[in-house]
Amino acid sequence: MDFEPNRPIWLQVMNALETDIVTGRRPPGDKLPGGRELALHYSINPNTAARVYQELEKAGLCETRRGLGTYVTEDQTRIRALRMELAQNAARDFLNRMETLGLSPAEISALLWKQEE
Amino acid sequence: MLESRNIVKKFLNKTAVDGISVKLSPGRVYAMLGPNGSGKTTWMKMAAGLIKPTSGEMLYEGTPVGIESRKHITYMSTEPYFYTWMTAGDAGRYYADFFEDFHMDSYLSLLERMELRPEMKTRSLSSGMMAKMKIAVTLARDARVYLLDEPFNGIDLLARDEIRQTILERAGEDKTMMLSSHLVEEMEAIADTALFIKDGRLAEEADLEALRTERGLSMADRYREIYGHTEVRA
Repeated sequence: MDFEPNRPIWLQVMNALETDIVTGRRPPGDKLPGGRELALHYSINPNTAARVYQELEKAGLCETRRGLGTYVTEDQTRIRALRMELAQNAARDFLNRMETLGLSPAEISALLWKQEE
Repeated sequence: MLESRNIVKKFLNKTAVDGISVKLSPGRVYAMLGPNGSGKTTWMKMAAGLIKPTSGEMLYEGTPVGIESRKHITYMSTEPYFYTWMTAGDAGRYYADFFEDFHMDSYLSLLERMELRPEMKTRSLSSGMMAKMKIAVTLARDARVYLLDEPFNGIDLLARDEIRQTILERAGEDKTMMLSSHLVEEMEAIADTALFIKDGRLAEEADLEALRTERGLSMADRYREIYGHTEVRA
């Protein structure tokens, strides 16, 4: 994975794992790699890897079972909410880009309909 | 773990290190940055106990570095340091004689990952192969402090990836890793703390994720800010 070096790396790895959770690549209840393994898998600093799990846990997306490891949440409602959060973020990025290009809301909407056809 | 207190090193006509105070913590990976001649190598040599400071102190667990600390600190210098008659295997045995924490099995597996063979003569190694062999002997030690001076220099892209992995495999809660490199991008994701050295002094110690979060800057961006010549003349 290539990182954008000026954005927090924990956040970029967290986003990658969130995408895995939403797409089912990492299904509910799936065991996540340990902190060390995660660091090696993404070639990142071990403290950064630990932060990824802290943040995922804070967001209610995974849970650490003492002595067993970290697991993807089995809360389907939470995963559906995550899908919407990720979609909203993508939509916001898209709209920002369109705004930079100077498109009006009507033009953006027309563009989207045209892509659908 | 390792601490330098207002450490100074003067050579005949120049001051290489001009009062660096820094305390390294276990569990961290430090990137030591600065242009040529800023004092990084001299600092590392003092930390390794190879040269004596002119003034100030270099302490390992509160005691000045020396023969005792060398058992716990492993250092890779920029210059090659094997006898030309040695094979890669000989170099391993040589290290094993010196250091109790040297693991021959991990050395041999590191050689293999670096695509080197124990029977290769050091004299016939290319500079890139020599660089990889230096990494292998240094990381085959189970030390507490790893000082790697320019571990990515002269090494091709794929081997650099391999070196990053082996450094991360070695990193741990009780270990301190210190890397110096001009290849700043190689260290962005694996380091957590940057030490910017300028004119023999510590210009800044920066937490890299904080730098990204608070200022939207990469380590390379901050490097340009610190060393770049962007001052506007009044």
